[in-house]
Order: sequence, then C-alpha cells, then structure tokens
Amino acid sequence: MGAREDILQRIKEANTGIEVRAVQRDYRRGPLTTTAGELPDLVTLLEERLVDYRATVVRCRPDGLASAVERLVAAASPVLRAPGVPHEWCPAAEPDHEGLAAQDLDAYAAVLTAATVACAETGTIALDASPDQGRRAITLIPDLHVCIVRADQVVASVPEMLSRLEGDRPITFISGPSATSDIELDRVEGVHGPRTLCVVLVETDEGDR
Amino acid sequence: MSTFLGMPAIHAPRGVGGLRGDESFPKAAKAALGDTQLRANIGRATRTIREKRAAVVEEVPDWEELRLAGQQVKAATMARLDDHLRTLEEAVTRRGGVVHWARDANEANAIIADLILATGETEVVKVKSMVTQEIGLNEALEAQGITATETDLAELIVQLGHDKPSHILVPAIHRNRAEVREIFLREMPGVPPDLTDDPRQLAMAARAHLRQKFLTAKVAVSGANFAVADSGTLLVVESEGNGRMCLTLPETLITVMGIEKVVPTWQDLEVFLQLLPRSSTGERMNPYTSAWTGVTPGDGPQAFHLVLLDNGRTATLGDHVGREVLHCIKCSACMNVCPVYERTGGHAYGSVYPGPIGAVLTPQLTGIEDNSSLPFASSLCGACFDACPVRIDIPSLLVHLRERHTEEQAKEHRLPTPEAAALSLVGWVMQSPRRFRMAETALRMARPFARSGRFRSLPFPLSAWTTSRDAPAPPPETFREWWERTRDQ
Repeated sequence: MGAREDILQRIKEANTGIEVRAVQRDYRRGPLTTTAGELPDLVTLLEERLVDYRATVVRCRPDGLASAVERLVAAASPVLRAPGVPHEWCPAAEPDHEGLAAQDLDAYAAVLTAATVACAETGTIALDASPDQGRRAITLIPDLHVCIVRADQVVASVPEMLSRLEGDRPITFISGPSATSDIELDRVEGVHGPRTLCVVLVETDEGDR
Repeated sequence: MSTFLGMPAIHAPRGVGGLRGDESFPKAAKAALGDTQLRANIGRATRTIREKRAAVVEEVPDWEELRLAGQQVKAATMARLDDHLRTLEEAVTRRGGVVHWARDANEANAIIADLILATGETEVVKVKSMVTQEIGLNEALEAQGITATETDLAELIVQLGHDKPSHILVPAIHRNRAEVREIFLREMPGVPPDLTDDPRQLAMAARAHLRQKFLTAKVAVSGANFAVADSGTLLVVESEGNGRMCLTLPETLITVMGIEKVVPTWQDLEVFLQLLPRSSTGERMNPYTSAWTGVTPGDGPQAFHLVLLDNGRTATLGDHVGREVLHCIKCSACMNVCPVYERTGGHAYGSVYPGPIGAVLTPQLTGIEDNSSLPFASSLCGACFDACPVRIDIPSLLVHLRERHTEEQAKEHRLPTPEAAALSLVGWVMQSPRRFRMAETALRMARPFARSGRFRSLPFPLSAWTTSRDAPAPPPETFREWWERTRDQ
C-alpha cells in the first residue's frame, strides 16, 4: 500500500465510533460595539492600533492624497508603485513589472500600494495581489512601504476582514512593520521586511461611516 | 483507553528527528536546575510574555466563545480528517501544486531531499518550522550534501550556536544578548568587529547576513500554521518577514506539515487568527501572515510541493482520549505559564516540543515507552489548560498517559513495578492498627538523619522518590500519640 492510502486508512480506522459534532459560533462576527452600545470610530481605532505597532499614520481628504504621499516618500528614491496604483498618486514612482527580479527590487527605496481591507481591532491591513497592490514581493523588499487605505475599507473585526477576502488569492496580512522580539524579548523593528510602514488613511465622501 | 485494532500503530521512528533526548526528564531537569543563568533568562522571558498575553486576552470580550469554537472546529476536523485531507489534496493539485504523503520522518526527509536535488540546488533557505525539527530535516539534508539555512532570527542564533531550541516560539529564549553577540562574532562571516550587544544592532547584523541569501535563493522549505481544505490555501504566521522572503522569492517552495494542521474552510481561520497571535506573542496580531494557494502565475514560486506527514499522528488519533493533543496550534501559551517549564527550560524535555503540550504530544508520537518520564514532568496544577486557546485538557491527558505507561509496564514485566510493590506494602501495613503503629515508630527512628526537617536523599528503594524531590522528616509526635496524650489528661 502507498503512503497515501496507508495514512488515509489509518485515519479511518482511528475514527471508528467518532461522531462529528456541530460547531457553535457564539463569538462576535458582526460590527464591533463598545460597552455603551455605540459604534466606535473605526478609522481612529485603526490609527491607534497601527501607531501602537510603531507604524506612521497620516490622514487626508482624497484631494490631499498626492501631497501626503509626496511628503512621505520625499527622502526616498527611487520609488516603485504597484502597477494598478494611479500615476497621479505619486508621479515620481515607477510601475512594477514582471521583468524586475528580487535583486532589482532591492534597488528601490520605497514602494506605494493600495489595500483590500483593514481590520481596526487588530491594526491589520490585507493585500490580495490585486493590480493596485501588486505581487507579494514588492511590499517586502523596499525599505519603506507606503500603503493607502480608504476609510470605507476599514472593518472592525477579524471575521469581517476575512469575509471580504477570497481564500485562493495570494494574501499578505500586515500588522505594523517587520519586527522581532527574539533577543531577550526586546522588540526591534525591521529585521527582514520594510523597516518603515506608512499608512495613509483617506477619508471617503460618506465621512467616517 | 481505546485503541483501534486494525493496522499496527506507526510511531515516529528511532534514530532520526528531535523527539528523543539523551536522558530522562528527571536527570536532564536536575542539570538544568543547577544552571542559574538559564533559569534567570527563562524566568524573565516567560514572565514577560505571560503579562503581555494576559493584557491582550483581557481586551477580547468573547475570548471564551472563541476558545470553545476553536476546540470544536478542531474536534470536528479530526473526526473526518481523511475527507479533509483528500479535499485539500484535490484543491492544491487543481491550483498547480504537487502533494506528497509521508508515513514517517524518514519518508518525509527522503521526499524533500529528492525534490531539492531535482532542482539542481544544494542550498535552501528555511522558515522556522516545528515539524522539520521534529523529523530532523536539517541533519537529513546535510547527509545528502544540502545546506539548509535557518532564517528566523532565533533559529539562526540556535543554528550558529550549534545549540538546540528551547521554546517553540522563542527558540533562543535561553540565550541573553551577551551570548548572542559572542555567537555572531564567532560564527557570522563579515560581521562588524565593533558589534555591541544592543538587540537592534544584533538584529541588523542578521539582516545584512541573510539579505543576499534571500535575494538569490532558488529553493525554500517551510512549515505551515494552517491549511484550508476547500480552497487549498496554506498559511504561515510570522513576525520578521523572513517567512515572506522564503515563501515568495524562490522558484521552488516545499512546505511540510503535520496532517493535523488542516482546517475545513476559510471561515474557520477567523477563529484561529484571533486565538493564535494573542496566545503566543501577546500581540493583537502578528506583523505578517502569508496565505497562498498552489501556484499563482507571476507571483511567488512557480513550483509548489506540499508534504503531508503522519509520523505518529494517526497512532495518536487512535487513542480516543489522547487525540485531543492534535488540536494544538503551537502557540506556546502553556509553556509560559508552567511552573515546571519555567524552572527547567525546554532542553530538559529532550524533545523539540517542550513544556506541558510537549509532555503530552511527544510520548504519543514516539510511543509512550520511548518517552515515559514526560507525562510525569508536571505538577498537574492546571495552569496550562486555562491558558490553552483551544481548551486542550492537558492535565487530564497527562494522567491518562501515566495510566497507559503503567499498563504498558504491567504488560511488559510480570514483576510488579516499584510503585505497585510500594503500594501493596502500604496496603498490608494499613490493614492492622498494630502494624500501622509499628511502622510509625520505625519511621520516627529515621528522624535524627534529617536536615532542617527534610531528607535530601533516602536509601533504595525510597531513593526513587528523593532523586527528584525532598522528603519531609517524620514529626516528633504522631497524631495518634498527640490524641492519646491530650485526651487522657
């Protein structure tokens, strides 16, 4: 018998007499409420959580986006952008293309992307490799990652965040810059990934939802 | 205990991998207890993580509901594990991945070595993975002329220090900054000679050391935290970005995972991605989590292999009580609250899985008699159960395994074990008041030999007790004597 059949057969025998019981999902799955029953300002909560991770957070109106990005990348050159990021967000940035190998990406000081969804409660941003977020490598190698998140992309909880993502896409969840606590549990930012994460929170026309 | 009667249980094989130590827990623990530097390092670290974890768990109002759901998802998954693995295999294959099955460590190591050699490469980068330590992959690859470089900072410290990991989450927890600096200066080529022991400087030295390896590596080996059956998605949860480097930059990715890591659906992750980071590092969320499905053209490795490993897991599943250990998501919360682990550190357990969960998992993977001292390496205080994010009842499992060990002993020897002999003697003594009184008198004669009210060591066979604990000296007066003296007045 091959290993596959052998293992599957062993599992079947081990499970003789074992029933499948239903899973209770009594945990929170919907929007977050405070003890007073109010909906907290999710964008503010996200900002607090990200700052707690030592990320830099900037808030702006849609018409202030380009100048906010310009200030953040002022000291970095050259700048790369995900291929679907609009040229106007950062005219100085060059679009990523498949011809760029890992070593080529290492020559860029900064990268600019959008995001798919962000979770306020945990301070997490999810990128799903859509054109405005690009392939996974570009947000990993340049030392500064500037990520644009629209207010209407911010949800409260982890279940809400996951429900907005499709499991079969390449997804990167980012909660603050790269970090390690391996030496005496002292937190050090930026071991291998970008040492600086800047998040631009763009208010949408509906306001802060 | 209930064991299935079909095929004989296959355990993790001897002579390979990191599940068997050189000596029993009591012996190894004794040496560890004498190492004051190690005790100080581990004591400080576990205390720090414990406090961080408690604070972020406190924030979550539905923590108990999440734990319950975690426990139930795992139990339901195990009950139909064969179906979920078939579904996973189909989904991974459909998305351009190749699935391999390995009955044990030797099969898994051979599969991985062959896959690497087929690429023409002899160097690989590795993401920290418990399962590759379990099967002794690095050593097996070395025997085939393949060099595996650990890229997690702590694993790198351990690898460069020719050392063994002592904690599943912070493997170099037993090393302080001065020791790390010395290891780097001695073993890391091109490290600046004026390197200080500042953690930031040390981390940046590791960054520089590994950067070129990441950018040029053609093959990577990783473990997996979760695999979603219905979509075929694999997940790696990490902090430093070395995981992302290995998972996205090389041409070929080989992921090896224990068969128990599968979850049925994407939705199930909403439970575990809340439970795991808060329980392990005490963060609301870990800095990076990568999810990938088979091969995505233009993004990440264009060849993906998934190795599904048994290595004693189906044997564990066959024990209808002990199988609960397979629910473990390897967060290490149990270690950080364990009074035994806190004093001995991880090496004393002799297995890559230390602490309370290791004391339950290791003997089941290897067969109990190969690690029979581990189920006794606990005070049964229950702190591990309270900390476990998927509610594994570790104390009950420890007691269950102690019982199985006694059964195995009874089967093996016709002669009674020392415990059984001692208890039958106690039984005989207690049958008569006269015998009991005589025993009390006899015991008291040993009193002058005690020091500050305790015996550090007793002659055989009582030495079995005093090798790992002190015995209190008998009191100057027994309860019966006190009763007679005070009531007769």
